[in-house]
Amino acid sequence: MPKIKIPHKTPRVDMTPMVDLFSLLLTFFMLTATMRPSEPAPIDTPFSVSETPQPDANVMTMVISAEGKVFFNIDNGPDTILHFRPKILEEMGKRYNIQFTGDELRKFEKYSSSFGVDIKNLKTFLSAREPSEREKLEKGIPMDTLDNQLAYWVLYAREVNPAVKVLIKGDSNADYPVVKKVLDILQDKNVNRFSLITSLEVVQVVDAKK
Amino acid sequence: MAEIIQEDKHKGGKKKPKKHSTAIDMTPMVDLMCLLITFFMLTTAFAKPKVMEIVLPEKVKKDEKVEPPKIADSRTLNIIIGPKDKVFWYGGKADPANLPPLQEADFSASANGIRQVLLDRNRALFKKIEQFQQDVLTGKIAIKQDSVRSAIRKLKTDDDTGPIVLIKFYKKSKYKNLVDIIDEMSIVGIARYIITDINWIEEGMVERALGMPVASTPAAHK
Repeated sequence: MPKIKIPHKTPRVDMTPMVDLFSLLLTFFMLTATMRPSEPAPIDTPFSVSETPQPDANVMTMVISAEGKVFFNIDNGPDTILHFRPKILEEMGKRYNIQFTGDELRKFEKYSSSFGVDIKNLKTFLSAREPSEREKLEKGIPMDTLDNQLAYWVLYAREVNPAVKVLIKGDSNADYPVVKKVLDILQDKNVNRFSLITSLEVVQVVDAKK
Repeated sequence: MAEIIQEDKHKGGKKKPKKHSTAIDMTPMVDLMCLLITFFMLTTAFAKPKVMEIVLPEKVKKDEKVEPPKIADSRTLNIIIGPKDKVFWYGGKADPANLPPLQEADFSASANGIRQVLLDRNRALFKKIEQFQQDVLTGKIAIKQDSVRSAIRKLKTDDDTGPIVLIKFYKKSKYKNLVDIIDEMSIVGIARYIITDINWIEEGMVERALGMPVASTPAAHK
């Protein structure tokens, strides 16, 4: 009998189309990626029907966590030429008699997420190498009547950048009195217009008595 | 000469030039790409968060005397946000001697929801806005998309039949409900609403409605 030769085929799949698709997807994601800044506390924003997108530049954000801690962030968006952050920190340092070095100012400028640290601990916070060390210091910005640091942050942020807008990013489960306190501090500093950060939700109005 | 050499070569076994396959092993590349794609997918914030604007009335300085604005009692609607997603409302003014009945509602879209209450009082304006938006969609009114919002705002400021809503918060309410109630205002198209402080009479009314011991007295509030 003649030997039937079975063609020796390697079980190789042609991966070119797959690679093509992957590179396309990768390019797409890389180009559309806007990095989600890490938050010191998980914030679950409430839903609303508002469709106004969040502004990128000239904002300061008050983050209110579910436990009632308040974090603060000043963001000049992609525009870093004006160096708002170190200027604001310098002013705060003058107020509390803390001399921040150039290195610390630079570190503060680069630190992109919001912070909830007492100004007295900010030096240790900025020099901390481990995130766990930072986490320990983040007890929320003091805002009681004796030591109202949040009010000064707001004041200097507005002094350095008068065009700054106030965003409030609260957790759904944050207690209203805490929010009210933050609003009161803002109103004391003559900020009467705020934007609350929400997620989009679609609502249909059904009029029962039509 | 050359021929002989060629023949020699043919005789001494088959010497084919080795065929290199042009296919490159792409598995590591695919692996890496998979990883990168997963990374970018997880870190991308797709839905950009939205913002809802609120404007609070300017604070009155302590030494300044400002006449409170006069509003007709029949047009005022007081909404008090209570604990556990409860909403209470009453019309008119709270007089300690003659307490108005406090109604309970919720945030649902049902007949018991606060939306229905607001809609009942704001139907005229709501219809007007709805009609306007319909006309813009169907092209009856030729208007630029940018000016739709200002046109609606104009409809709202011209309105003088809708309720004036005073939103108050009981101390145990949650931030979520603040967003919810302002949302309801924009859904129903309420032209005039304001967020103000709750007073002791209203706190007492809420506590009574919740079946809690009434702790609110004028002294306890201030």
